[in-house]
Amino acid sequence: MQNENILEIKDLHVYYGSIHAVKGINVIVPRGKIITLIGANGAGKTTTLSCIAGLVKSKRGEIIFNGNDITNKPSHIVNLAGIALVPEGRRIFPNLTVYENLMMGAYKRKDKEKIKQDLEWVFSLFPRLKERISQLGGTLSGGEQQMLAISRALMSKPQLIMMDEPSLGLAPVLVDEVFDVIKKINSEGTTVLLVEQNAVGALSISDFGYVLETGRIVLEGPGEELLKNEEVKKAYLGI
Amino acid sequence: MEKLSNKTKTMLTIFIIVFFAFLLFLASRYLDSYRLRIINLMAIYAIMAVSLNLINGITGILSLGHAGFILIGAYTSALLTLTPSQKVSSFIIEPVNPIIQNLHTNFFVATILGGLMAAFFAFLIGWPVLKLSGDYLAIASLGFAEVIRILALNAQSITNGALGLKGIPEYTNIWWAWGWLLVTIVFIVSLVKSSYGRALLAIREDRIAAELMGINVFKHELISFIIGAFFAGISGALYAHWLTTIEPKITTLGPILTFYILIMVVLGGLGSISGSVVGGITFALLMEWLRNLEDPFTIFGLNFPNGIKGLRLLVISTIFILTMIFWNRGIFGRNELTWDSIYRFFKRFKKKRGGK
Repeated sequence: MQNENILEIKDLHVYYGSIHAVKGINVIVPRGKIITLIGANGAGKTTTLSCIAGLVKSKRGEIIFNGNDITNKPSHIVNLAGIALVPEGRRIFPNLTVYENLMMGAYKRKDKEKIKQDLEWVFSLFPRLKERISQLGGTLSGGEQQMLAISRALMSKPQLIMMDEPSLGLAPVLVDEVFDVIKKINSEGTTVLLVEQNAVGALSISDFGYVLETGRIVLEGPGEELLKNEEVKKAYLGI
Repeated sequence: MEKLSNKTKTMLTIFIIVFFAFLLFLASRYLDSYRLRIINLMAIYAIMAVSLNLINGITGILSLGHAGFILIGAYTSALLTLTPSQKVSSFIIEPVNPIIQNLHTNFFVATILGGLMAAFFAFLIGWPVLKLSGDYLAIASLGFAEVIRILALNAQSITNGALGLKGIPEYTNIWWAWGWLLVTIVFIVSLVKSSYGRALLAIREDRIAAELMGINVFKHELISFIIGAFFAGISGALYAHWLTTIEPKITTLGPILTFYILIMVVLGGLGSISGSVVGGITFALLMEWLRNLEDPFTIFGLNFPNGIKGLRLLVISTIFILTMIFWNRGIFGRNELTWDSIYRFFKRFKKKRGGK
C-alpha cells in the first residue's frame, strides 16, 4: 500500500558553514495536495527545497519520500526516485533549444511513446512553448523561461514537483497563469510543494501552508485559514 | 528552416571524404617530404584540438592537463615500436627495464595502447581532479600533467630520463594521421549528437540544473575526460612517430603544448568541433609559414641578416589577440559546419544576388 504522505520532513537542520539556516522543521506533504512554504527572505524556504533535492546536505533530521529515506542523497538519485525541482532562477539551458531543454528533463526515461505523450501534454499546458520549440532557451522571455523550467521538470514525470518562487519577476497576468497551471498539474495527479513570497496567490491555491521565519516554522494551517490569519496578513500580505 | 534530406547529407559526406582522400593521395604522390610533414602535423594538431575541445568546450571542464596525456601516449607507443636492441643501445645511464625491453608490437597496436594508457591515467587523475571546479580544476590538472612529465624525466629505466627516446621509426604518414583524424571526428561528433552528448552540453550550460535532471554529473564528466584523454594519447603516438625523438621537455610535451592546443581550440571556437579542426590546421600552417620571419629578411629597407628569433611567437600571439577582439568566440563560435548551414549560406547568397 502506498503511504498517504508522499513526503515527510522530520526535524531538519541545515547549516551553511556556521550559519544555522534551517532550525529543525517538520513538514508533511500528503499525496495529491498542494503544500506551500511562505516566509520572508532568508527564512530558509529555498534551503529546505535544496536540501530535499540533494543540492545541500543536512546536518540532522530525516527526509522520507514514499517511505524511503532520501536524506542527503545526491540530486540525480533524488530525481530518479520521482522528485523534480523547478529551481530558483529557472536555470534553463540557454544554448539548448526549447525541445532539447524539455528532452533533458526526460533524460533518464526510456519509454519513448510516453515521453511523446507527455511532450504534448506539456504543450497543452503552455501552448507558447510549442511555438518556440526550436528557439534557444536563452532567447525566451522571463515568463516563457519559467514555463520552460516547469515543463522541463514535468518531463521527468515526477510524483512530487517542487517549485521555488515560480512567480518571481513575472508580469501580474503571467503570475495568475502560472498559478492556474500549478492547479491544473495538481489536478492531474502530481503533488506540489510550493515555495513563494507571493503569499496570496500561493495560499489561495494551497491545501495547506507553513509559515517560516528565520529557519523555524512559526505557523501552519490550511491555506484559507492562513489567509485570514491576522499575523500573516500583517507580515506577508500587507493588508 | 531550410533542410536537406538525410540521404543527401550522407551522400555528400561520403563524397567529400572520398574527395579529400583523393587530394591526400595526390599530395602523397607529388609533394616533397617537407610539405608532407606539415600536412601530417596539421592532422595531429587537429586531433589534439578536437580531443581537448570535447573536455574543455563541450563538457566545460577547464582542464589544462592535455600535454600529460599526449606524453603518455607518445612514450607508450614509442617504447612499443622501438626494437629491443634499439632500446638497449639508447638507455645509457641506466639499463632499460627488462619487461619493457622485450615488448614490441606494430604501429597500429602501439597507437591504440598509447590511447588506452592515456585513458587509464585520465581515469586515475579524474577521480580527484573532477571533484574540483573552475580555476582549481585548471590548476590541479596542470599540476598533474607536470607530475607526469617529471615522472618521465626521472623514471630512468622506463623512459630514459632527460635523454629521451631517439630513433623512433617515422611511421606517421598521411594515411595514419588523417585516418585517425577522421576516426576522432566521427567518434566525437556521434557522441555529441547522442543523448549522452546532449547531457554533456547540459552540464556545460548549468551543472546544478543538469544534476536536477537526473544526470550523474561526475560520472559524465569522468567519461568525457577519459575519451578526450584517449584521443590525446592517440595523437601523442602519432606525434612521437612524427617527431622521431621525444624528450620530456616543457616545450615539446609539456605545458607549452597544452597552451598551443588551447589556442587552437579557442581560435576555432570553444565547443565547435569544426572550429577545432580548422584551428589545428591553421595553427600548424601559421607556425610553419611564420618561420620565414626567423630567416633572413628585409622589411621597409631594413635588412635582418639573421631574422629575429622568437618573432614567430610574437606574431602568433598578435594574431590570436586580434582574433579574440574581432571574433571573441573564435572563428566558428559554437556553431558547426554542417551541410544544412552550408546549404542555408548558399541559399542566402543566391537570394542576395537574385535581388539585385
